[in-house]
Amino acid sequence: MNISNLFKIAINALRRNKFRAFLTMLGIIIGVASVIAMLAIGEGSKRSIQEQMSSMGTNLIQVMPASMERGGVQLGNTNSESLTLKDITAIQNSCPDVVAVSPELRASGQAVYGNKNWPTSMYGINDEYLNIKKYDLASGRMFTESEIKSMGKVCLVGHTVVKNLFGEDADPIGQTIRFKKVPIKIIGVLAPKGDNSFGRDQDDIIMAPYTTVQKRILAIDYIQGISMSAASEQKANAAIDEVEKALRKSHKITGKEQDDFRVFSQSELVSTFSSISNVLTALLGAIAGISLLVGGIGIMNIMYVSVTERTREIGLRMSIGGRGIDILMQFLIESVLLSVIGGILGIILGYLASNLVGSIMGWPVYVMSSSVILSFLVCSAIGIFFGWYPARKAAGLNPIDALRYE
Amino acid sequence: MNHTIIQVKDLHKDFHVGEVTVRALRGIDMEINSGEFVAIMGASGSGKSTMLNILGCLEKPTIGEYQLDGINMGELNRNELAGLRNKKLGFVFQAYNLLPRTSALENVELPLYYNSKVSSRERRERATEALRAVGLLDRMHHMPNQLSGGQQQRVAIARSLVNDPVVILADEATGNLDTRTSYEIMALFQELNDKGKTIVFVTHEPDIARFTTRNIVFRDGLIKGEHPVTDRLSALEMLNQLPPDEDVDVSL
Ligand SMILES: Nc1ncnc2c1ncn2[C@@H]1O[C@H](COP(=O)(O)OP(=O)(O)OP(=O)(O)O)[C@@H](O)[C@H]1O
Ligand SMILES: [Mg+2]
Repeated sequence: MNISNLFKIAINALRRNKFRAFLTMLGIIIGVASVIAMLAIGEGSKRSIQEQMSSMGTNLIQVMPASMERGGVQLGNTNSESLTLKDITAIQNSCPDVVAVSPELRASGQAVYGNKNWPTSMYGINDEYLNIKKYDLASGRMFTESEIKSMGKVCLVGHTVVKNLFGEDADPIGQTIRFKKVPIKIIGVLAPKGDNSFGRDQDDIIMAPYTTVQKRILAIDYIQGISMSAASEQKANAAIDEVEKALRKSHKITGKEQDDFRVFSQSELVSTFSSISNVLTALLGAIAGISLLVGGIGIMNIMYVSVTERTREIGLRMSIGGRGIDILMQFLIESVLLSVIGGILGIILGYLASNLVGSIMGWPVYVMSSSVILSFLVCSAIGIFFGWYPARKAAGLNPIDALRYE
Repeated sequence: MNHTIIQVKDLHKDFHVGEVTVRALRGIDMEINSGEFVAIMGASGSGKSTMLNILGCLEKPTIGEYQLDGINMGELNRNELAGLRNKKLGFVFQAYNLLPRTSALENVELPLYYNSKVSSRERRERATEALRAVGLLDRMHHMPNQLSGGQQQRVAIARSLVNDPVVILADEATGNLDTRTSYEIMALFQELNDKGKTIVFVTHEPDIARFTTRNIVFRDGLIKGEHPVTDRLSALEMLNQLPPDEDVDVSL
């Protein structure tokens, strides 16, 4: 008995029950398709987060004020004012691995031009901020050192702000807008940057000297955050240590006392988000995997029923010279064919479904070749695993009993 | 030239069902030569089918010797017995046992699938030839449910012929058929026998047994008697003598 004959026998047997074969495969098709689609969605979102985060610069380091606890009691809001301009100087002076640093203040309010207004945010920053946050100037200029010192009423505007106050292609340079009643002259326009990984429009922004925002707009003494660049991604960890040390010193925090600030690095965020989305992907994959398992059990069920139903056929095959191994192989090939064909159809369906979901929901999807190969292997394994028991049962039948089976 | 095909010596077969032992065969001696058309007869439960199953290598005797075409089957394992069935034996069953939703041709081809020496082309040729021999060439693409009982049995006979066996074993092959169709099937068997095929035919109908060349009568697992058929009938002639509307009861 050669293997090609066995394949022909198995294919003929499946052909005799096309509809049932299809129903049996359906479990596998849906299982594989959902595995492929779930992994594609998980992987797609992971990749897009990673991509966008690293487009912000993986050497980005940020400092935020942190609530301070003593003995489990949170000490009010005062510590949200823990960062000051002195900290900027401290970092500039004692952190060799930090190449650029800028204070960060943020004021929300209406920007008004003529009879149009637009709710947006004004960021108070210094001239290094564009480098740190990977913004580019589309036209105009950055504000100067002296404009910073003199709390100059000048600003840069993002594309969204321009569009809403002046119209799509207008050139707003030289115009004066009002933000929280303060008149401010536009001296530059930022190149469009799109949404960030959290879906926030990075072009809905006005940038002004930090002095201007701090004193004229917010009228506060502290700053809300610090953004800086490490010399390189590899130096980011060293830079974080230096910044922590410098800030503890300037805040006079000693020993085991808790910090009143927190330092984040972008690469840390990237890996945090990747591990979150890895967990998510694994979860989605596991749910889909269960449906694949159910599909496999469906195959076993049908193969088992079909062995019982075809007992007389098995008896006949034995009486005309089929050996136990031939019968075993026939049923095993049938179940492997069912699951492999089901798997291939499932891969195609899963691929189409992920792209459909991607375009309808606007989600990023990415079909990994590894998940395709994995599904294929899992299907073959399912075919062998779940086909084995029924096939063994068929092969072990006594020809006479099988022929007599009613 | 008429050499021995089947030789059975003091053959016993016991079945154990729970505590009870059924002694289905209790010492059978039998010899069948090539070219014979033997009917095994006897009452129900006398051991005919058990004997045929042992002759067909589907079952092993409890004790006793069985040689088929010079091969001692007591020495063969399960797989070797399957090979022997594939090459030397042909079976015809009472219930036809055709694969459903499978054409006549494919049903006839089936035994050759289990012989790796037969190419797919030769397989098709031999199956076509066997269907021609049973007069069903024009029905070769029909499914079993498109064929009458007699035609299905012809397909089964073609299947038993296709591997050119040394002996055809038939168990109540006409048991499901009416008189006319039974005669047709017997005419076919007689034709095959005339061409030299050895046939062992189990039946409990005496008039069917008269178409064979020798009758062996079983009773309670023993051979009660055997005799050559002296007044052998021709099934073809019997068919011609049947009234055309045999099944219609005119006396009503
Ligand atoms: N697998 C089995 N298990 C137990 N007993 C069996 C088995 N097969 C046959 N027998 C018994 O062996 C005896 C002979 O059975 P067998 O089938 O050979 O009779 P038969 O002559 O073919 O009868 P029939 O004309 O009704 O077909 C019977 O008593 C039967 O009950
Ligand atoms: Mg019987």
